Amino acid sequence: MKTLQNIIDEHGFDRMLSRLAHEILERNLGLDNLAIIGLRTRGEFVAQRLASKLEKIEGTLPELGVLDVTLYRDDVRQHLRTPEVRATDIAFDITDKNVVLVDDVLFTGRTVRSALNALVDLGRARTIQLVALVDRGHREVPIRADFIGKNIPTSRGQEVRVHLKEVDGHDGIDLVSIED
Amino acid sequence: MSSLSIPHLLGLQGVPKEDISLILDSTDSFLEILDRPIKKVPTLQGKTVVNLFFENSTRTRISFELAERRLSADVVNFAASSSSVKKGETLLDTARNIEAMKVDIVVMRHSAAGAGHFLSERCTSRFINAGDGAHEHPTQALLDMCTIRQKHGSLEGLNVCIIGDIGHSRVARSNIYGLITMGANVAVCGPPSMFPYDLEKLGVRVFTNIDEALQFSDVINVLRIQLERDAGADFPSLREYHNSFGITRERLDKLGREITVLHPGPINRGVEIESEVADGPYSVILPQVTNGVAIRMAVLYLIGTRAE
Repeated sequence: MKTLQNIIDEHGFDRMLSRLAHEILERNLGLDNLAIIGLRTRGEFVAQRLASKLEKIEGTLPELGVLDVTLYRDDVRQHLRTPEVRATDIAFDITDKNVVLVDDVLFTGRTVRSALNALVDLGRARTIQLVALVDRGHREVPIRADFIGKNIPTSRGQEVRVHLKEVDGHDGIDLVSIED
Repeated sequence: MSSLSIPHLLGLQGVPKEDISLILDSTDSFLEILDRPIKKVPTLQGKTVVNLFFENSTRTRISFELAERRLSADVVNFAASSSSVKKGETLLDTARNIEAMKVDIVVMRHSAAGAGHFLSERCTSRFINAGDGAHEHPTQALLDMCTIRQKHGSLEGLNVCIIGDIGHSRVARSNIYGLITMGANVAVCGPPSMFPYDLEKLGVRVFTNIDEALQFSDVINVLRIQLERDAGADFPSLREYHNSFGITRERLDKLGREITVLHPGPINRGVEIESEVADGPYSVILPQVTNGVAIRMAVLYLIGTRAE
């Protein structure tokens, strides 16, 4: 049986994004030299939202890009699957920039591990920071987020669903538990 | 769907539309890599690819080799001119020996039609056909389709004419199969002496007048006259071929609209195509070469990571 528990609703979601935007500004002392890069696919939209929050606060848009890490994934090489590859779209040089990577759910850490490899191939960033809307634990590699929307302790069998207006028509975060 | 239904890429005949679309759609990501300062991703790390070329080729082999290296595969090159084939070894023995060295993917060119098909049924490696006789050259057709799509957005309903030595051209055959699958209207044009024996079965319109063919076309794919193959036997002289079928600025200007010009190379300037056209604004000959590396990366990625 599946049970669904709403953890964060639409209003909470918006307040969470605002807080994350302020935290990013506080840490980086403004938008100078800052680049926001979303991880396909959902991180891409979260990154856009954060960028427009930052614009509201500071008056200018930060550099914004999208990273596809498919070709860097370690499960591709093990023949586990052939995921669909999509293009990376970063129209600026990341060298000497403070790069803020954005992902929706931080779980095993393997996607972020691939993203770090991919970023290194694009140039030498001054710093790389990580935003995760949800940190659900169960890391398999030593990676942590610098900015976390919500810590949600989970079991491996549970599922965290981040809903976004751009994809699902509404914002929110649900926890799905599957019990037999 | 994000996985190919076919285990090998031996030709485009019978390959479903979904597979062709998947390869073409994946190519964008690989094009992006070619623009980076570090043009390399670790995707095929630990995989070994053999380029098994029983027939001479420079650009196709270089294009494949670059694609393989940019995906971090280990690459071994095999050229028939310097190999045991000269000592009388059979095709199957050569392939089995190479395979015994634990190879994952074989990229093969051979002068006999169906050579890749023959080996793929008898070996365990994945095969990619890089040209087999006058049969097929699927990656060339895929890169042509990719280039046309960049320029026109879609292949559906587009009028594409292939011009020249259709009968001896594996490029023509693969293009015809692939383009028809993708919904394009395909025509061929050339001297009837250069048409293939099974022309009616291919499902294409046939022109023997170049100006009528150009009237029909949104895109033309101009094939090379294979001078080394004694093409002179099929028409009186190169000058006559140029006068009857050569693509000239004057012929294109008469149309009063833009048509896209492809050529698989190497070009015989002044024979099948005039320099002014080959270097002109409608020519996509150099983008074809760039797309060639990206499309081969896409094919290697999709074939190489496909689950057993």
